This record gives sequence, C-alpha cells and structure tokens, in this order.
Amino acid sequence: MPAVSKGDGMRGLAVFISDIRNCKSKEAEIKRINKELANIRSKFKGDKALDGYSKKKYVCKLLFIFLLGHDIDFGHMEAVNLLSSNKYTEKQIGYLFISVLVNSNSELIRLINNAIKNDLSSRNPTFMCLALHCIANVGSREMAEAFASEIPRILVAGDTMDSVKQSAALCLLRLYKTSPDLVLMGEWTSRVVHLLNDQHMGVVTAAISLITCLSQKNPDEFKTCVSLAVSRLSRIVSSASTDLQDYTYYFVPAPWLSCKLLRLLQCYPPPEDGAVKGRLVECLETILNKAQEPPKSKKVQHSNAKNAILFEAISLIIHYDSEPNLLVRACNQLGQFLQHRETNLRYLALESMCTLASSEFSHEAVKTHIETVINALKTERDVSVRQRAADLLYAMCDRSNAKQIVAEMLSYLETADYSIREEMVLKVAILAEKYAVDYSWYVDTILNLIRIAGDYVSEEVWYRVIQIVINRDDVQGYAAKTVFEALQAPACHENMVKVGGYILGEFGNLIAELPFSGPVVTVLFCHLAPCSSTFSQRPRRLSKRCCAVTARSMSWLVHLQQTVHNSDQYYVQTSEVVSPVPQATVLEEMPPFPERESSILAKLKKKKGPGAVSVTELEDGKREGGELNGGGERGPETAAMASCVSQSTPSPSADLLGIRSVAPVGASLSSAGSLLVDVFSEAGPAAPSAAVNDDGFLRYKAVLWLSSCKVSAPPSEDPAPPLSEADELLDKFVCKNNGVLFENQLLQIGIKSEYRQNLGRMYLFYGNKTSVQFASFTTTVSCPGELQPQLNVQSKPVEPLVEGGAQIQQVLNIECITDFSEAPLLNIKFRYGGALQNLTLKLPVTINKFFQPTEMASQDFFQRWKQLSQPQQEAQKIFKASHGMDTEVIKAKLLGLGMALLDNVDPNPENYVCAGVIQTKGQQVGCLLRLEPNAQAQMYRLTLRCSKDLVSRRLCELLAQQF
Amino acid sequence: MRIRQGKLRLQKWYVPLSDKEKKKITRELVQTVLARKPKMCSFLEWRDLKIVYKRYASLYFCCATEGQDNELITLEIIHRYVELLDKYFGSVCELDIIFNFEKAYFILDEFLLGGEAQETSKKNVLKAIEQADLLQENEMGLFYALLAAVSTLN
Repeated sequence: MPAVSKGDGMRGLAVFISDIRNCKSKEAEIKRINKELANIRSKFKGDKALDGYSKKKYVCKLLFIFLLGHDIDFGHMEAVNLLSSNKYTEKQIGYLFISVLVNSNSELIRLINNAIKNDLSSRNPTFMCLALHCIANVGSREMAEAFASEIPRILVAGDTMDSVKQSAALCLLRLYKTSPDLVLMGEWTSRVVHLLNDQHMGVVTAAISLITCLSQKNPDEFKTCVSLAVSRLSRIVSSASTDLQDYTYYFVPAPWLSCKLLRLLQCYPPPEDGAVKGRLVECLETILNKAQEPPKSKKVQHSNAKNAILFEAISLIIHYDSEPNLLVRACNQLGQFLQHRETNLRYLALESMCTLASSEFSHEAVKTHIETVINALKTERDVSVRQRAADLLYAMCDRSNAKQIVAEMLSYLETADYSIREEMVLKVAILAEKYAVDYSWYVDTILNLIRIAGDYVSEEVWYRVIQIVINRDDVQGYAAKTVFEALQAPACHENMVKVGGYILGEFGNLIAELPFSGPVVTVLFCHLAPCSSTFSQRPRRLSKRCCAVTARSMSWLVHLQQTVHNSDQYYVQTSEVVSPVPQATVLEEMPPFPERESSILAKLKKKKGPGAVSVTELEDGKREGGELNGGGERGPETAAMASCVSQSTPSPSADLLGIRSVAPVGASLSSAGSLLVDVFSEAGPAAPSAAVNDDGFLRYKAVLWLSSCKVSAPPSEDPAPPLSEADELLDKFVCKNNGVLFENQLLQIGIKSEYRQNLGRMYLFYGNKTSVQFASFTTTVSCPGELQPQLNVQSKPVEPLVEGGAQIQQVLNIECITDFSEAPLLNIKFRYGGALQNLTLKLPVTINKFFQPTEMASQDFFQRWKQLSQPQQEAQKIFKASHGMDTEVIKAKLLGLGMALLDNVDPNPENYVCAGVIQTKGQQVGCLLRLEPNAQAQMYRLTLRCSKDLVSRRLCELLAQQF
Repeated sequence: MRIRQGKLRLQKWYVPLSDKEKKKITRELVQTVLARKPKMCSFLEWRDLKIVYKRYASLYFCCATEGQDNELITLEIIHRYVELLDKYFGSVCELDIIFNFEKAYFILDEFLLGGEAQETSKKNVLKAIEQADLLQENEMGLFYALLAAVSTLN
C-alpha cells in the first residue's frame, strides 16, 4: 500500500505503482506497463485536450516506467507543455521529466529553453530555482549557449534571493564544467569571490564549489579568495558548536563548508602575507587540537564530520609541504588511527600516510609505523584496506627498510587476494630493483616472485630481470647458477622456464663446471617442445620474444650437448626440437626493451591513481638506478639490429608470403609441398610447411627455384667474388657483435663475437634452411692483399656435411697486428642437390672492434684534441642522416662502436664526444670523436682525430654509414 | 545512486552519459557493493572513481566521487540526505521512496545540485520543499474537483 505522505495528489500514480509491485513475474510487469503505455499514448493522442493534472499524472507515470528501466519514446512534448503551466507542481514534474529524460531533439530544446527563460525572468524565486535546477541537471551545450551569460548576472545581482543565488552558483559551475569556453570571465568574477563573505552560510557553501573550480582553471584571477577563505575558515574553526545554528552538524560547526574551504586553499601555494599565513597555521593547529579532544557525542556522525575536516586539513598540510611541525603532528595523529576500531578511519589513515611518506619532513615519522602497517597487511579483513597498507609500505620503503618490506610483501603474496596480486608483483619488482645494493638479492627476489605468484608476473617484470642480468657482469654467474637450481624443482612456472631458458642460454657457459642436470634439461624440453611446434604451425602469431627465449634456451641445450659427452639421449631430443625451429632465432638477440626501465612503472601508474606522488619520486630515483645498471643501452641497439636483420634478408619471398624469410623451411612436409616437389624436382624436395595459400605458396616455390638456379650458376671451383651487398652487410656490424650476417633461401649465417685487447674470437653459425643435406661444405677465410700482414685470422675446418635443418659452428681466432682498413673474406662452398653453391662475404672485423673505451674529463679531452692537430690526423665528414636522429639510438651506436661516450665534455649538450684507444699488437692508437647533429637540417658533422691518420679516415668512413 | 537487493530505487547522474553506459555502470556497481560484507570499510576504488556507500536498513546509498574528494564528508552527505528524507516523510522507509520518487528527487535537488552541496542546513532544505508543498496544497482543491469531474464523466 502506498505510504501516506504530505501533498500527494496523484492517486492514479500510486495505484499504478502498487500494481507494478504486485506483479508476480517480469512478464506480468511488462504486460502491465505495456497496457499503461498504450493507455497514456491514447490519452495524449486523444482529441480532447488533457487538463494539467492529467498531463502531470501521465508524465509522472512515464517517468516511473523509465526509471524501472524501460525505454520511453513519447511524452516529451507533454512534459514541455507542463513547463509553461503556472501551477508549481505541474511545472515541477515537467522539469523533473526533462532533467531525467532529455534528448537532444533540437526543436524540443528550443521550447525547453524558452520555458526556462520565462521562469528565470519571472522574479518568482521558486520558479527561478526550478529552472536553474533543470539547467544544472541537464547541463547540455545548448543550454550553456542560451544561459551562460544570464546566470552570472542573476548570481551577483543585489536583489537576488539567497536560495536563487545558491542554485545559480551551482548551475553556473555545471555549465562551466561542460562548456568552459562559453562561460566568460568578467566583472562578475570579483563579485563572486566576495560571496565567501556572504552572511548566509548556504550561499557560501554553494559559491565555494564554483570558486574552487574556477580557481583551479584561473588561479591568478581568483587569488584574492585565499585571504577571504582563511578568515572565513578561522571564524568557523573558532566558533562554538552552537554559533552556527542549523549549520552545525552533530556538534561540528559547518563541516561541509570547512572541508570546501580547506580544499579551495589547496589550489594555491601557502599565503605570502605573513598575517594571513599565521592565521591559517593557527586554524590548522586548532583543527589538529580539536581532533584530539574528547568527542562531544558518541554518534559516528560527530566523529566522521570532525575527522573529515582533519583529513582535509592534513591534505592541505601535505600540499604546502613546508611546515615540518604540522607534518609530523599530522603523521602522529594518523598513526593513532592506524589502530582505530573504525575500518573507515584505518583505511583513510593508511591512504593519507601514503602522501605523507613522500614528504622529506615526515618520511621518517611515517617509517616508525612500519610494524603496524605490516600487521595491517596481514590481519585486515577488508581487501581494500589491505591494499592501502600495501600502498603505504611501498611509499615508505627506502634503502634502510627495503629488505624487510620486500620480504613482507613476498610473504603476503602467498595468500594475497587475486585482485591485487598483479599490482603487488609490480611493486615488489620495482622496490627490489630500486633498492638493490646487492644484485644477487634482486635476482633472488624476482625468482621468488615468480615462484610465489608466477601467473601474475607480467612480461615487463621478467624481461626486466633479464635486462638487468645482461647489463651487470657481476651477477651473471650467480643468476645462471640460481636459475639452474630453480629449474631442478619438481614443478616450475612457465615464466621461470622462460627466464631460466634465457639466462642459461646467455650465461650457461659461466656455470659449465656444475654437474650436468637431467631434470633441468627435461624441464626446458617440456616447455620448448610445444613452443617449437606452435612456431612451425603459426609463425606469425607467436610473439617474437617468445621465439627468442625458446631459441635461447635451445642454443644452451646445443651447447650442453656439445660439451657434455654422456648426453646421447638428449642429443636425439635436441635435434628433434631444434629442427623445426628456424635457426635464425637462435642467434637473434632478445628483441628490444622498448620503454627502458620505466615500463614497469608505467604499468603501475596506469593501474594506480593514488600514490602517484611516490611514483614520480621513484622515477627520479630510478633514473640513477637506470644509469647504474646500464639501463636501456641494449634497447636501441637491439632495435637497430632487428631492423638490420630484416633488411639483410635478400630473399623477396618474405614479401610475397608476408612472413619473415626465417619461416620454417624444412619442417614436416605438407601435402601441398609434396605435390610441388614433383613439379620442381630439380630444386630439391625443400618444402615449406607454413604455406599460407596455394597462390602464395606457388610463388614462393618459384622464387625458391629461381634463386637456387641463380646461386648455382657459376660452376667454377674458384672462390666467387664478394657479393655485391657484402659491404652493406659489413656496415651492419660496425656497432654490434652479434646477429645474422647473411641469409638466403638455403643458408643462414649467424655471428657471435667478442674482443679483448687486440684479440678477438668469432663464432660463425651456418644453418641449413632446407631439409636436404649440404655436401662438401667448406669455408675459407682469407686476408687479401695488404690485410695479410695486418690481421691474423685462424679458423678450424668444419664438418663437410650439414644435415637438413641442422646448424654447424665454426670458431675463428683473430689477432690485430696493426691497424687495417680492409675486411677479411669468407668463402663458402657446398653442394646442394648436386649444384655447387659458391659465395663470398666480408667478415665484419673492423678496426673499431679493438677499441678500449677511455674515460676522461673535459679538460683532458680538449687538451688531447689540441695535441692531435695535424691536418692528416683529422678526418671529417658532413652527411645527411639516413636514420632517425633519436638520441638513445645514437648513444647506443656510439657505445657499440667501442669508445667511451663522455658526458659533460662538449659545451653543447647536443653533441656527442667519445674517446678510446685501439689496441693492436704493436701499438696503441688514441682516438677522439665528436659527432654534431643538426636536427633541423637532418645532418651530422662527424670529426675524428687519431694518432694515426689512416685510422681517422677508416673510422670516419665506417661511422658515416651508421647514422 | 540508491539501490536495494539489486533493485535501483533512485538514481541521479551528475555527468552526461548515455543510457547504455548508465545501465552498465549501475549493474557493475550494484554487484560490487552488494558483495561487500558488513564490517568492511565504506569506501572502495572502482574504475577511477571512489565509491562511498552506506547501508540504511534495506537500502544502500552509494555515491561515486572523484579520487580527490573527501570520503568522510561524502559519507555524511549521504547521512544528511537520509535525515532529510526521514524528516520529510516522518520515519522514512523504502516504500516512501518508491511511491514518492518525485519527492525524493526534489529533496535531492534542493540539497545537492550538479553534484555539489547547495544547502546543508536541514531546516532550509525542508523549508524549500514545504513551501512547494504549500503551493501544491493550495492548488489541491482544484485538482480533486477536476479529478471528480473526470471520474463522473467516465
């Protein structure tokens, strides 16, 4: 039954609502509603003009139906008609309907606006308020256009009633929020500020919301509000609880207004005027004192209102961040709340302390509560409170307590709610990295992280640990040993296998002395086998990184299999697994880490609103950390390399098929494959399994056949002349040591090399991309002409047979006798399907490989620069940038060159300055480099000065191709 | 927004959203809030908003605020609104809000406008509403007359 209430005049509506409530099922409800809709429709369409009351009643019923969740597509016109009624209740229902159900029918908007205009000029305050409420509720652009200039006038007019002023202020605020461009500042703005002094508390309460919003956008125009706000606040804070009559809420004077005043002050820096500032500090102290007083009421409303003001005051204190006393006091008071019986207060105290932790004045005070916060993390029943505790631990973490906090977070992770695990993992990872003094602790922490919450360890986290291990020599052996041990566990998380595979692939050689472990190999196999099969089926879908990881661990396995003699059983498995995987990826470096160390942070930022302050602060810290770790050096280098790899692919089939030419040739024969084998039998039974469609496949085959014809064209047994692109291939390796040197349809040659002093060792990997054996496989390295006495290259012969899909390795030992300019040649000959293949490449051994970086101060640099002043000692080139002029890429290349990149040497920070010494057997050649980019012209000027003039010229030539 | 056992009794939006978005948000929010246990805190982060809610008998009152807003004072906004309803209807119950939803809206509009407190004094809000009721009662005689006329015609 309808409850009886005052002034209820719509019996029909009550009956209808009762009917709906009595409906037993959804169907019955819909039936009743449809009946009512039909009834209302017929009434509205009827010939007889409806009286105002009926119109009101039906419009109200429509509104009710709409609020139940049904669509309403008529009745708008009737509602608009109600607006022009001079009966208050009809007008009121009309406005309510419009507010709830407005649509952007332009004809209707015009009518509505007309009605509003009439009411605004009616001088009847209740009508004016209704119209203002409607504008504030709808807040559409059309309304802003119509009324944005009218409302400020109403707001500041001397004869406007208080209630209308209140509505006008908030109405204007709404319009300003939706269409700030239409609310023009003007003479009214200064008068609005003075509403803070209004006698009517309601007017101040409404006006301050408007003023706060306007101040945020136009701080200068409104800065006079600061002193007014302070004096208003001071009056409220010092008033007795009865002074403000009905604006006192449970013995707290004007809590809403107080909060808003404190919020307004947070739009500005601390007041400059000493008197104003003194008064404000006094207010803040009073608020802190009052919060300590015994409560005047046991009601929760009393304490809530009081504490709402306290928290807002603390926000202001934190915002100013200049009053150490107040900050520490705030921290102590929040500390009391940490153990309060009200969950709400514990939550807010944790949240507020998070921001206090970022202030230098209160950081230490916050840290004293560490045990309480850890306890909260363990015992709070509400996940949102636990999350705040975790946030606070994160914010209060520094070098002194990092180990404790990280350990607590890790142990919490074991039982943490699923909803916050991912974020916790990110936090642990960031803290472990930021405060790692000892990187073996960092490695342990991340491995624990994977062990405890492997599913929540995102790619960013486990890439990062690899990135750091790669950049820090001191931890590589430890990392390899630790993952090796971790992989022996009975069950390993997939991410552990990935990290393990990568680290062992890269640094497995550092733990060669450890006993051969069957379980580890099995674990890797279990993971790799499905990976490699996915690879051969869907090469494009598989992420590049995943391939790289797979391939990495594979290379370690290959390495194992070569070094460990009693592993025959694994040998079989290895070749099974290895064969379908393109050899290229084995050598490919980890794809670039695009966002450097900030990717984890970026992720956390995306997830988190609060705590943003500490994130920014953390980033500053990280920058140092990043440099310490050698940060993202690897990123750009590998990025550059990845592009080199794809460029150095001479095969046009990549484009044809839309897959990379490293596509698995030599995997299982597809049915289409065997068909084509017959057609192109002279090309040998090579059959790509990854054929996407017949058409593409045919073209692919054709290209393959043609290219094999071309390669087999010179039947001569003499070494072929170097390939036309040999120089270009060489250039790719000036600034890096590893990668794919050459690739065609049959063969892929990868290189890994390392240099110390005047010595170098190069590993060449020859991969047979077909499924057919290469016979009489021979390679010859030669130093032509004048290179002969300058460079000594020794190689061991290779196995004459290379099985289909297999890869063989060759080691070259290199010694630099004296400086040189030419490159040694590598000739490869083999028989493929009877045809002799003969090709010659230039080996990427360039003079810069023997650089030792030399650090020096600015003064020393210029002194030496001047010493090398003979004209022939200098080589200079001005050339157009052929790649982007990205600073990081340039830096990475210069570092890859082998020289030391010197900071703060060149007076122009845009320029790059490097120094290094080339080590040859007989002598050392000092080299200085200066690279001056001109971003506007997209040009560089490169200058080299070396103690040997030929070296200057050669380096200049080599480098000019790199940028 | 006010809800009970998944049924929305009253909703007020202070940001422009399409009906579809509104329905989606309501559904998600109702689920989230109803899943909370009694002793949990009254605030929770939801999307990039902060939800402040309080339960009164069978009704949950929820406000979605921006992250920066003062949670405790929002909680008291809810309480003050409930007090207003209580004072107006005299010991308010859910049925009052169902049958007099339009009044609940009018009271809300006097108290909050555009999402900001317009008038925090209980007396002043109710004065405004009662003034309106007075206007309504003055018109009432006329309405009943008309209603009677209509019913005799039918």
